[in-house]
Amino acid sequence: MTDLLKLSGVHTHIGRYHILQGIDLAVPQGQVTMLLGRNGAGKTTTLRTIMGLWQASSGEISLAGERIESRATPDIARLGVGYVPESMAVFSDLTVKENLVLAARNAPMDDKQLEWIFGFFPALRRFWLSRAGSLSGGQKQMLSIARAIVEPRKLLLIDEPTKGLAPAIVMALIECLKEIKRKGATILLVEQNFFAARELGDNVLVMDNGKIVHRGEMAALAADVPLQERLLGLSLEAHQ
Amino acid sequence: MTEIAANDPLPKPKRDIAPILLPIAVALLMIPLIGSTSSWLTLTAASLAMGMMIFIMASGLTLVFGLMDVLNFGHGAFIAVGAYVATLVLAPFAASIQADSLWVNLAVLAPAALLSMAVSGALGLVVERVLILPVYGQHLKQILMTTGGLIVAEQTLYALWGPQIIPMPLPASLRGSFILGDVAIAKYRVLAMLIGLAVFIAIQLVLNRTKLGLLIRAGVENREMVEALGYRIRRLFLGVFMTGSALAGLGGVMWALYREQVHASMSDDLTVLIFIVVIIGGLGSIGGCFIGAILVAMVANYGGFLVPKLALVSNILLMVAILMWRPRGLYAVTSR
Repeated sequence: MTDLLKLSGVHTHIGRYHILQGIDLAVPQGQVTMLLGRNGAGKTTTLRTIMGLWQASSGEISLAGERIESRATPDIARLGVGYVPESMAVFSDLTVKENLVLAARNAPMDDKQLEWIFGFFPALRRFWLSRAGSLSGGQKQMLSIARAIVEPRKLLLIDEPTKGLAPAIVMALIECLKEIKRKGATILLVEQNFFAARELGDNVLVMDNGKIVHRGEMAALAADVPLQERLLGLSLEAHQ
Repeated sequence: MTEIAANDPLPKPKRDIAPILLPIAVALLMIPLIGSTSSWLTLTAASLAMGMMIFIMASGLTLVFGLMDVLNFGHGAFIAVGAYVATLVLAPFAASIQADSLWVNLAVLAPAALLSMAVSGALGLVVERVLILPVYGQHLKQILMTTGGLIVAEQTLYALWGPQIIPMPLPASLRGSFILGDVAIAKYRVLAMLIGLAVFIAIQLVLNRTKLGLLIRAGVENREMVEALGYRIRRLFLGVFMTGSALAGLGGVMWALYREQVHASMSDDLTVLIFIVVIIGGLGSIGGCFIGAILVAMVANYGGFLVPKLALVSNILLMVAILMWRPRGLYAVTSR
């Protein structure tokens, strides 16, 4: 399996804080790689550094063999990287439709793709002309993910999509992400919800204090409770 | 936990019409205070005309503020430059300006206004590239750079045109008033209202009906996410900055005709009013800017008529009152 995304020795400083301290990771093509870790471990910073929203102080980031660490965010996005931030960042003043029109940067929205998205997220069809700011938290998350998949992307960077959502909506999101995965998408997914991580992940990376402290198969970590407790301070059972 | 499930009905968004009602309420409240209906109508028309001119000058600044968080204290330079360019164009056509035909007057005025907009817009390009680009994200340096730019621009105008006030008479067909009963409404004020309204409608159409407008609105709210979708917001900002500068140039021409004079520091007092309008309207909000401009003009006109001694502080009091009511302005678009 070829690696679509590779980070080698990536350091990121934010102000005087040294957040990422030599990250090495690889995201294989067509797989879902989970990025786990305690709060403040550096997971969000890793995604933001890949996206160019924070500049790596040193190290190499390559996407499909192309170096991207010194590129501007729009150029990285134009290489086919979709980003779903933790805050969802939907444009509240714009309608659901307008949010998706902006996300479909290369061409008008594809009807088939839209129907596929509406299959998972019927609420988006229903509130098509409503302001995104008036959607609920779950609906905003759906819109945020829909925005990332409204066009084909090489790589999806998704930051804690289940955070703060009701269990029923979490299940719908997991089903959606599974379907995206079945279509062959490559995803780097930050998640605190262990159940979601186990359901979706092929591989797993665990971060602590700005470093990768574990890498392996998600199934192996899910089966090893002592390892979960050592790495994350909680077992999968404790999360359920 | 989220409060509403995916398929629950969406609560109907509340239409926030209180800011729209505010200038109407202020105007109605003034009827008994002013006493005479004709004076009230004249002052109201003057307020609307002045408000439209201030709106034209402030609309670009509010988008620049909202979109890129740039404090441009040199915005007044575009106003003065626009007015001076118009004097250059109009000088050789003094006879056409004094001709008693609206179409002949407009045939000279329109190209002068367009050229003023083009020059102010081009100056905006230079200012953005030279003064603002190196200081993105640094408010203190932005204030220093743009204030310095304003001083340089004013002194350059003094050096080129001299310190004297340059007369800029109104075209013959725009002099005088429309008389309706015992109410007199100056013709030029009606034109200013129409132009201001046209600019407002044009901006609203661009913002709400085009992809470019969607990008600007999205960028005002969250420019980082716009970049993460693959759009180069710096280019967008440059376009908005140039458009805002061009509109300031148009406002400068209109204000110069309103006052019938041009001088290098003509924008000094206006800049204070423009900043008040941008702040009370809500950074980045065109609707808020429109209402804010009308309110500022109303306070200046009604206040000047009723309590002339308070004229200097009346707009500051207005700003304090609005911010106590809505701390992020009439229509909060950004979180700043």
